[in-house]
Amino acid sequence: MGILVDSSTRVIVQGITGREGAFHTKLMLDYGTKIVAGTSPGKRGMYVHGVPVYNTIEEAIREQGSIDASIVFVPARFAPDAVYEAVDSGLKTVVVITEGIPLHDELKFINYARKKGVVIVGPNTPGLLTVGECKLGIMPGHVFKRGSIGLVSRSGTLTYEIARELGKQGFGVSTVVGLGGDPVTGLDFIDVYDMFLRDQGTEAVVLVGEIGGDAEERFALYYRGLSVRKPVVAYIAGRTAPPGKRMGHAGAIISMGIGDYSSKRRTLEESGIIVADTPSQIPSLLGSLLR
Amino acid sequence: MKLYEYEAKNIAKQYGVPVPRGRVAFTPLEARQVASEVGGEVVVKAQVLVGGRGLAGGVKFASSPEEAVEVASRLLSSEIRGVKVSAVLVEEKICISRELYLSLTIDRAARKPVFLVSEMGGVEIEDLARRYPGKIKRIYIDPEVGYTSYMARIALTALNLPWSLIGDLDSLLKSMYRIMVEHDAELVEFNPLVLTCDGRVVAVDAKIIVDDNSLQRHPELQKLHGREYLDFERRAKELGFSYVELDGDIGVISNGAGLTMATMDSILYYGGRPANFLDIGGGATRDRVKEAVKLMLQHPRSRVLLVNIFGGITRCDEVALGIVDALGEVGGLKPIIVRMLGTNEEEGRRILREHNIDSYVEMDEAVKAAVEASRRG
Repeated sequence: MGILVDSSTRVIVQGITGREGAFHTKLMLDYGTKIVAGTSPGKRGMYVHGVPVYNTIEEAIREQGSIDASIVFVPARFAPDAVYEAVDSGLKTVVVITEGIPLHDELKFINYARKKGVVIVGPNTPGLLTVGECKLGIMPGHVFKRGSIGLVSRSGTLTYEIARELGKQGFGVSTVVGLGGDPVTGLDFIDVYDMFLRDQGTEAVVLVGEIGGDAEERFALYYRGLSVRKPVVAYIAGRTAPPGKRMGHAGAIISMGIGDYSSKRRTLEESGIIVADTPSQIPSLLGSLLR
Repeated sequence: MKLYEYEAKNIAKQYGVPVPRGRVAFTPLEARQVASEVGGEVVVKAQVLVGGRGLAGGVKFASSPEEAVEVASRLLSSEIRGVKVSAVLVEEKICISRELYLSLTIDRAARKPVFLVSEMGGVEIEDLARRYPGKIKRIYIDPEVGYTSYMARIALTALNLPWSLIGDLDSLLKSMYRIMVEHDAELVEFNPLVLTCDGRVVAVDAKIIVDDNSLQRHPELQKLHGREYLDFERRAKELGFSYVELDGDIGVISNGAGLTMATMDSILYYGGRPANFLDIGGGATRDRVKEAVKLMLQHPRSRVLLVNIFGGITRCDEVALGIVDALGEVGGLKPIIVRMLGTNEEEGRRILREHNIDSYVEMDEAVKAAVEASRRG
């Protein structure tokens, strides 16, 4: 079970011959991800950890059969081109790991993909992982124990920290989705929560937000209006972040009066969502909801 | 990256946006020169990248070139909200009939550029949004279509401007979108945009923020990058770290933006105050860790250093070696508390133990120890 990807998902790695691409291809294969091909322009005929490399997705599909999803490790300058190729080749899910893509390029390919019904995860994401089935990302797979908590987050290492805390208290994860750290991303909390609502393998959701933008507030208002829900525990990073400063992620900035911690926390709490003060509180709060 | 008002206005002018006559001055004598060229009463505006300039006394009027010299020399030797003023913009004083608000920014939820339009101009958008949320009209642009003229008709109505100005407003909005796209801006703001006493529309203030991820496409801007940083922020960025200065006394080094913020927040939760945000990023080597730790050991305000590493691609043994190297080079200037786990954790702990450095497994325990140490220190 889980959302977006499972053990049958057939994957292509775009930018497979680069340092990052090759390194994580190995780790994803070790996790059990069904990687059927990779692309790297001009490198057709090569193999990376046994995975055949093609110049285009089109020829990969012709020779290897259908492909469902791609993961993009292409440098920022070439990443938009890689996303357009994946969308136009008929893939259903495109995970964009690349950090540093110009904002206006992102706006264009995200809008394009959404119109074509293609899911973009990221950009600037650790990726996604359905525990025990498929890892389409760069997260350390072993920290996620199998279970029924859906995890959706705007960050990377903080998500691993929280998954470890959950595991210590016996809570496992169904799927973890990294939304990405940029100001605009393909998916937001509402999209992913909706998928978790429909997933029989997910019992409750942990939402990991951060300062910047209003995705948490929008989720809170959406959640308030739902008649069927699964319990949510939230954690928001950046209580101590000053306004006008970018906190590492391009999207983590309080600007024009939008994106501060207190607005997020207040709106979530007004919708009946419990907000943890520290990552270590999350499991016990979750326990109180599920008991 | 934020541009100075005079830079934003120079760009706006190139796109035909009406702005007051005048230009930047870096010395009182230059200010006199500009004031006499402009003639009549002038406004002298401190050029700083922090908000709230007007309230902080950074905008003054002068009725003669002599007075402009006096005003400019005072501004040029002052600080606005802790930032030294190194330039002033000298412009004709505009006779204002009404102050309006107009900006073009990115709506994250819609994933589109959006014009924000309001007839209540002159106040910061933060206050405007809080006090009169119903008074802000939003006009979205599909990035695949771009700007089209009906948007100006909607804006004209929202601004309550006469129909005779529709042509001017259309060119203005079109220029704003071109500025945004051609300069990779995330914000183009004219606040206030004014209706003058003689019925023209003029951008009295201008702000442009360029997307940092796009700077490599704008070499002329890239070389200016980093000028808004405080000294320590600049040193950290030169080393390639993501860094923000705060005002507490517990130095923070962590990996990943979210975990670094969570570390800062936990310090506050347990009663301490973080001194900074420093993210060493993923897969940091021994050398990178050494540079980060050295930097924070020399950080003047922090009395304790907390290193919080969740090892994945980052290896704990590399982190430990980096810490030991840094201590060897600059010495134990302050207590250092290490929390690490994950890849090569045991080896990392062994290295730290050999050098009598305690390390923690749990984040909460390490944070509490750092808060405790900051009280003793």
